[in-house]
Amino acid sequence: MKKMQAANLNDFFRAAAAAETVYLPVDSADGARFMKYEDGVTLSMACNTTRSAKDFFFPQVENLVDFKVDGKKIEVIDGREEVEDFVIFGVRACDLASFEILDRVYLNTPPVDSYYKNRREHGTVITLACGRPQETCFCKVFGIDAADPAGDVTCWMLGDDIYFRANTEKGEKLIAACGSLLTDVDEAPVENAKTAIRAMVDKLPIKDLKLDKISERHLLENFNSSVWKDLYESCIGCGTCTFVCPTCQCFDVREFKTNEGVKRFRCWDSCMYSDFTKMAAGNNRLSQLERFRQRFMHKLVYFPANNDGVYSCVGCGRCLKSCPISMNIVKVAKALGGEANE
Amino acid sequence: MQEAMKARAKELLADGSVNRVAGWKIGEFSYDITPAIFETAEEIDRDFVYDDFCGANLSKYLISQSRKEGKILVFLKPCDSYSFAQLLKEHRIIRENVYIIGIECYGKADINKIREKGIDGVLGIKESGSSFVIDSIYGEATVPKMDVYAERCLVCKSKKHAVYDELIGEEGDVVPSSRFDKVAELEAMTPDERFEFWRGELSRCIRCNACRNVCPACSCENCVFDNPNSGIANKAAADSFEENMFHIIRAFHVAGRCTDCGECSRVCPQNIPLHLLNRKFIKDINEFYGEYQAGENPDEKAPLTNFTFDDCEPSIVYKRGGNQ
Ligand code: SF4
Ligand code: SF4
Ligand code: SF4
Ligand code: SF4
Repeated sequence: MKKMQAANLNDFFRAAAAAETVYLPVDSADGARFMKYEDGVTLSMACNTTRSAKDFFFPQVENLVDFKVDGKKIEVIDGREEVEDFVIFGVRACDLASFEILDRVYLNTPPVDSYYKNRREHGTVITLACGRPQETCFCKVFGIDAADPAGDVTCWMLGDDIYFRANTEKGEKLIAACGSLLTDVDEAPVENAKTAIRAMVDKLPIKDLKLDKISERHLLENFNSSVWKDLYESCIGCGTCTFVCPTCQCFDVREFKTNEGVKRFRCWDSCMYSDFTKMAAGNNRLSQLERFRQRFMHKLVYFPANNDGVYSCVGCGRCLKSCPISMNIVKVAKALGGEANE
Repeated sequence: MQEAMKARAKELLADGSVNRVAGWKIGEFSYDITPAIFETAEEIDRDFVYDDFCGANLSKYLISQSRKEGKILVFLKPCDSYSFAQLLKEHRIIRENVYIIGIECYGKADINKIREKGIDGVLGIKESGSSFVIDSIYGEATVPKMDVYAERCLVCKSKKHAVYDELIGEEGDVVPSSRFDKVAELEAMTPDERFEFWRGELSRCIRCNACRNVCPACSCENCVFDNPNSGIANKAAADSFEENMFHIIRAFHVAGRCTDCGECSRVCPQNIPLHLLNRKFIKDINEFYGEYQAGENPDEKAPLTNFTFDDCEPSIVYKRGGNQ
C-alpha cells in the first residue's frame, strides 16, 4: 500500500500522462464525464459519471472496415491499428464489474471481438472506492463491493490523503513510474475506510432489492407475467436506458457511402428500438411490450442463465437517473417480485 | 389538489364515463414519478400522485390510448393542454375517446437542479409552504421551490388550458414570459460564436432519442432517422455534421408545431438546452407572421401552412444577415 497527499494528485496525473493518455472524471455541463488529462483539469467529486466507462472499450461508433471501389475492383481495407496505451482513473466498482460482463460477451465467448480486445488490452484501469454513494446505487444487490474494487490499481481518498494499491503487473508498472510521489504506508486507515463505506452502502434504500423470484427457474412465469402490460405502457422506447447502461452491449452494423466506396461501421443499438435486429423476414419483437420486456429479461434472466448466474446489471443506477419517465430496472424487479414501491 | 383529482377519477370510473385514467404513479424516491394508466379505484388509491414532480406531459400517450377501447380520462396541466390541442389539430388523437380534466399548475420541480445545489442522496421530498424539505442520506436540507423549479416553469407562458372538458382548480391566463431572452442573447452573437455555442452543446448528444420520443410534435409512425428507406437513417452520429443534422432536421420539422412544452430539455440526459432551438423558431415566426403559439388556439390557422399577402418575402433572410 502506498500513499500520497491529495494535493499532489495533479502531479500524479502529470507523471502518468507523460507516458500515456490519462482519462479522469471531470465536472461538465452534463455532470461528471471522463476527459483527457491536461494541465488545469481537476478530478470530479461526483459519485459517478453520467455516461458509463464502457465507452473506453466499446465506443458508441467504431469503424470496422473500408471498401474502396474502383470500377469493378473492390479493395478491402482493414483499418485496424493497435490502440495506444491509456489509463482510466476513477472507475467505480460498478463500472469495473461491467467490464467483466462485457468481457464475457466479447472476449470469453468465441469469436473474440478483436476491436474490443485491442482496447481492453491497452487500457489500465485505476479504480476509486466510493466515498459518497447515492440513493440510486444498488451495487450490493449484485455482490459488488463499492469499498474495495479491483482493477489494475485501487485508490481510496481519505481526507487529505490518497491511498494506492497495485493489483496487477500493469498496475505495479504505473505506480513505479510515479514512484517519487508515493510513500509506503500501513493498510490500517484503508481498512477503517472500507468498513465505513460498507456501513454507508448498508444504509442505501434499494440495497435489499430481491431477485429470488426472477431467474431461469421462473423463466416462463416471468416472461408471461401480467406486470409487463402495466409497466411498458409508460415507456417511450427512446433507448436512453440502454445508452447510459454500462452493461448494454448490443450494436448494429451499418454502412456509409463515401466518395470512394463504402465505410462499414458499428454503433450502439437498443432493444427498445422498433428496428432492432430487423431482418428480411421482419421484426422479432413487434410491440413495445415485447421490446421493453426483452431488456429486463435479458439482464435479469437470460444473461445469468447463460453466464454462471451473473446478472448483466451492476446496479450503477444510471437508468434510474436518466429515464425520461422514471421507469427502470428497480421498478421492474420489484413488480416482478411482487413488491410495492416505497 | 391530488385528493380532488383522485376522487373525481374514481367517480368517473365508477359511473362508467371512462374505463381508464392517465395520470402519474408514485416512484421510489418521491421525485421519480412515472406516467401510468390506472384501471381501478384500488390502483388510484394506492399509486396515483399529483405533486411538484409530475412534470411529465401525458398528451402524447393519448395518440395510442385514444385508439384503445373505451374512453380515457387524462389530467392535463396548462402546457400539456397545448400539446394536446396541437395533436388534435393534426388529427393524431381521437377526441371523443378522451375526457380531459384541466388542472392548475404553479410550476414543477427539477431534480437535477436539486442535485446541482449539492443536495445528493435524496430519499424523500416534502412540501413546506414555498419550500421543499429534502431528506437525504447525507442529512436534511431546505430549498425555496423557486430555486429548483424547471427552467420552463420559471418562464411559464400560460396558466390557461387550450382544451378541457372540466377543470379542477383555478383557470388562469396567458402570462407574460421572458422565454425568448436567451434566444435574443444567442441572436446577438456573431455567427462564429453561435456556431461554437451550439457545437459545444450538441457535441454532448448521445443520440439516445429521448428528446424525439418524448416530443408530442414528433409523432411520425416511422421517423426518417429510423427508416432504412429514407436514406438518412442513422442510429449514432458518425461526425459533427450528423450530430448537427439530427437536431436541425428535428427543429425544422417541429417548427410552427412545437408548443414549447419543454419536454425535450427536461428529458435530455446530457443536459442540452434543446428548447432554445425551438424557441428560436417560435420567435422568428412571431416576428415574420405575427404572434403565434402552436397549441394555444385550436381554431387558428398555422402560419407555416397558410398563405397571406402580408407574409414576409424570402429575401428577409438577407436582410437579417443570412448571407454572412
Ligand atoms: S440496468 Fe441500469 S442500474 Fe443496471 S447496470 Fe444498466 S444502467 Fe446501471
Ligand atoms: S453503484 Fe456502488 S460502486 Fe457504483 S457508484 Fe454507486 S456505490 Fe459506487
Ligand atoms: S425505459 Fe425509459 S429510458 Fe428506457 S426506453 Fe423506456 S422510456 Fe426510454
Ligand atoms: S435527449 Fe439529449 S442526448 Fe438524447 S438524443 Fe436528444 S439531445 Fe441527444
